[in-house]
Amino acid sequence: MSVTKEALDKVALSKEEYNLIIQRLGRDPTEVELGVFGSLWSEHCGYKHSKPLLKLLPSKGKHVIVKPGEENAGVVDIGDGLLVVMKMESHNHPSAVEPHQGAATGIGGIVRDIFTMGARPIALLNSLRFGPLSEVHNRYLCNGVIAGIAAYGNCLGIPNIGGELFFSDCYSFNPLVNVLCLGIAEEGELVKAKAGGGDSLLMLVGADTGRDGIYGASGLASRAFGDEQELRPTVQVGNPFLEKLLIEACLELARTDWIVGMQDLGAAGLTSAVIESAAKGGCGVEIDVLRVARREESMTPYEVMLSESQERMLVIVKKGCEAKVKSLFDHWGISSGIIGRVSDDGLAVIKEGERTVAEVPVSLLISPPFYRPRAKKPSWLTELQSFDVSTVPDLKPRQCSSVLLRLLASPNIASKEVVYRQYDHQVMDNSVVLPGSDAAVLRIKGTRKGLSLTIDGNDRYCYLDPFLGGVIGVAEAARNLVCSGAEPLAITDCLNFGDPQKKDVYYQLKESIKGIARACQELQVPVISGNVSLYNETRGEAIYPSPIIGMVGLLDNVGTHCTMAFRDEGDFVFLLGGLLSPGDDKDGLGGSEYLELIHNLIKGEPSVDLSLERRVQRCCLEAIRVGIIKSAHDCSDGGLAVAIAESCITGNIGFRGEIPSHTVELGVDNQRVPSLGFRLDVVLFGEHQSRIVVSLNHGSAIKLSNIARKWQVPLTFLGEIGGRHLVIDNYINLPLAKIKKAWCKGFSHNLTDS
Amino acid sequence: MKFGIVVFPGTWSDRDCHYALHHILGWEAEYIWHKETKLSGFDCLVLPGGFSYGDYLRPGAIARFSPVMSAVKQFTCGGGLVIGICNGFQILCEAGLLPGVLLPSSHLQYRCQWVNLRVENNNSPFTSRCQKGQILKIPISHYEGNYYADETTLQELEANNQVVFRYATASGRIISAANPNGSLHNIAGIINREGNVLGLMPHPERACESLLGSTDGNIIWESINERYQRGSR
Repeated sequence: MSVTKEALDKVALSKEEYNLIIQRLGRDPTEVELGVFGSLWSEHCGYKHSKPLLKLLPSKGKHVIVKPGEENAGVVDIGDGLLVVMKMESHNHPSAVEPHQGAATGIGGIVRDIFTMGARPIALLNSLRFGPLSEVHNRYLCNGVIAGIAAYGNCLGIPNIGGELFFSDCYSFNPLVNVLCLGIAEEGELVKAKAGGGDSLLMLVGADTGRDGIYGASGLASRAFGDEQELRPTVQVGNPFLEKLLIEACLELARTDWIVGMQDLGAAGLTSAVIESAAKGGCGVEIDVLRVARREESMTPYEVMLSESQERMLVIVKKGCEAKVKSLFDHWGISSGIIGRVSDDGLAVIKEGERTVAEVPVSLLISPPFYRPRAKKPSWLTELQSFDVSTVPDLKPRQCSSVLLRLLASPNIASKEVVYRQYDHQVMDNSVVLPGSDAAVLRIKGTRKGLSLTIDGNDRYCYLDPFLGGVIGVAEAARNLVCSGAEPLAITDCLNFGDPQKKDVYYQLKESIKGIARACQELQVPVISGNVSLYNETRGEAIYPSPIIGMVGLLDNVGTHCTMAFRDEGDFVFLLGGLLSPGDDKDGLGGSEYLELIHNLIKGEPSVDLSLERRVQRCCLEAIRVGIIKSAHDCSDGGLAVAIAESCITGNIGFRGEIPSHTVELGVDNQRVPSLGFRLDVVLFGEHQSRIVVSLNHGSAIKLSNIARKWQVPLTFLGEIGGRHLVIDNYINLPLAKIKKAWCKGFSHNLTDS
Repeated sequence: MKFGIVVFPGTWSDRDCHYALHHILGWEAEYIWHKETKLSGFDCLVLPGGFSYGDYLRPGAIARFSPVMSAVKQFTCGGGLVIGICNGFQILCEAGLLPGVLLPSSHLQYRCQWVNLRVENNNSPFTSRCQKGQILKIPISHYEGNYYADETTLQELEANNQVVFRYATASGRIISAANPNGSLHNIAGIINREGNVLGLMPHPERACESLLGSTDGNIIWESINERYQRGSR
């Protein structure tokens, strides 16, 4: 072996992988070749540990046009000649090192994935995780990430219409920044990310290339790291204005027949853009690094190939069209230049002038070894799961009101308005339901249709049961869409985990993926794209397993959309789905916000009955579509009392109701509540799945009961809307102003430094 | 009625304005690329929102040098109506077509939210269909919208009824709690002394359909149209 361990560490290759390269190549790789292998065989680009597992995810569906891995993003058909293009990606490690630019360039990258395909980006969402805001460093990361997303996204004029935020110790120093972009394209306008066409030319477009971001894919995203200061120069700096110009120019270009394909430069920069397009086109490529426009002097071929300078695109131009393409970019003030050509020998040849610095078959570069480590359920997990609720004293009636206030003010539950008001969520004139409800709704101009979007994950559940956590993530996302009146269509996911070489982390990864797959099958929603982010740990401690689900749904008539806000005095409020879990053998407290916030316990197990989940969703959707539902809210973090409170707050109206102590008033499946013994904490704050709080005109109650019976969904009368108080039996009695204050201020108080 | 919508490289409300004016209100609307030097056939020019040149230096500081701006100036000299929305307002101030400047918000954050505007002057071509004191619900979306001018200019603006919109509560009170960005005198929109140039931070093109939460923006567009109809009669 002719290289040092340090050199291999730098490109994140193991000694075994290095030997494999020599064996396949029949010689030692050059320095440039080693860098190229390191990037493309990195976890980030090569999916070494996750690819075999990702095959478990169902990706077929009657609307699916492009499946995961085929292109930069997945595509579904929504009728009317329109396609939805969607993808989610992580920018965790860069954001840990430099929160503002890390998050900003995350937006830049995901947006490029969408317009590269010829689709106009019309929505952004994000899912963020931080350590507790009581620590100054976490506040720095949180504020920096939010400001970075705002600065970049707002400049692009793409609405940022939803997101979620969750705080836990495990994300201190390792925040999660997952960003989702959705675009719309007309049928027949999709652009492929492939080279080909015999003698086509490779054109590099956009920003000049600098030394920023070198080792981003291999170094930052593909291993755990200790000293983030040292890595700061590997984070790129974004220029959203240039990106905005690229969007307009590339979408214009997509409508011409001057190009073969387009690919953005993301992780591993020029290397992965060129090699991946060549691989998809089944051809070779030859490029000359001297022809790459640079912003720094005396860059080596190695640096040019691995730079992750932002806002660059690779355009595969049909021979003879290069002048027309160039003049299109000139119009937008964007520089462009030919850097190479497509060849038919299957070789990736990199030259510096006349000198060849790398020459490797494309097929070798895109065939990293795949690893299937042994997955083993850790013993600590079994211990956490065996939790006996009777060891926790139940709430006393006089405690319930104050516990509700504490839950509403918990940063995990409180309103995130202070965050999303920093994002332009109305530009493009499509935003029908703004951030803050279960799912955002956009109308699609020129049709009656609407899209509903949500992003979801429950990491505490995943920590306590990776399989069920995966199931619930999908179930809850679909439930959110259904609450807005939409039929779930497709998923993009982002799988954030620790070091996969550890048995328990690999177990979490495997089980979570299996859980997601199981729920996708039951609810018939395919996964069309996604991203994997591993090595999320700092100082040896892995984050919670955090699979994040982004989901899009379709409303045939956007006018029938629904929100969580209670509307009118006198309306009846019902619970769809069981008051408690099916069979009553689960308490709903396992992994709940209540248990952590009030008792400082992260224990127990979540539970879900997928068949009931599906029926509850069908029932809710049907009731919304026939027009009898005036509000629908997913009952999730904080349980029933929090869900009712949120509907009161957003509707600015009170509620008076009772805890049904024996039977269900209407519908089938009469169930008894108190088999656990009647526990106030369980009923008020337990997080049983498959439940939706709906309100309707009292005259519609019979219709709802008929629909519930049809779907065999338990239906429980909860109470009536009205007044200026939230009253539940003798347990909760709070003025609206008070719950509003707790919910509205709970989070913002934590965000400021003072 | 034909609107000209000026497009700088980083403008993004151009399409929203076009949608509102053409698809919702049914009038003619045409994009004008910022390199144009001649403008003819337009009855009203719109400078929409966005980040004209990235706004890294100061919003509008570079856009004022765009070739189209001398044509816009000429257009206003002939009495033509110009409405600058958000970034358009910033550009009009930088170009000297409106007095004052727009500073970063006092809280140093971008804000996208619904606000209530109180109509202070309904004698302008942009507000003739409003009642004086009427409240319009229209959203804002900006970082630099904090209106500032020196004391003399402010007094002139007030004395000449050039303050057209102020941030207000839903019931019309002008208080600091209703001010989303720290603007002096809660100023949300002003006209020039001649009354044919309006700059405002809120986005009327985002409030033209009940599906999206408000139709109050239409009152501004319809006022412009009313002025045009009267003029061409």
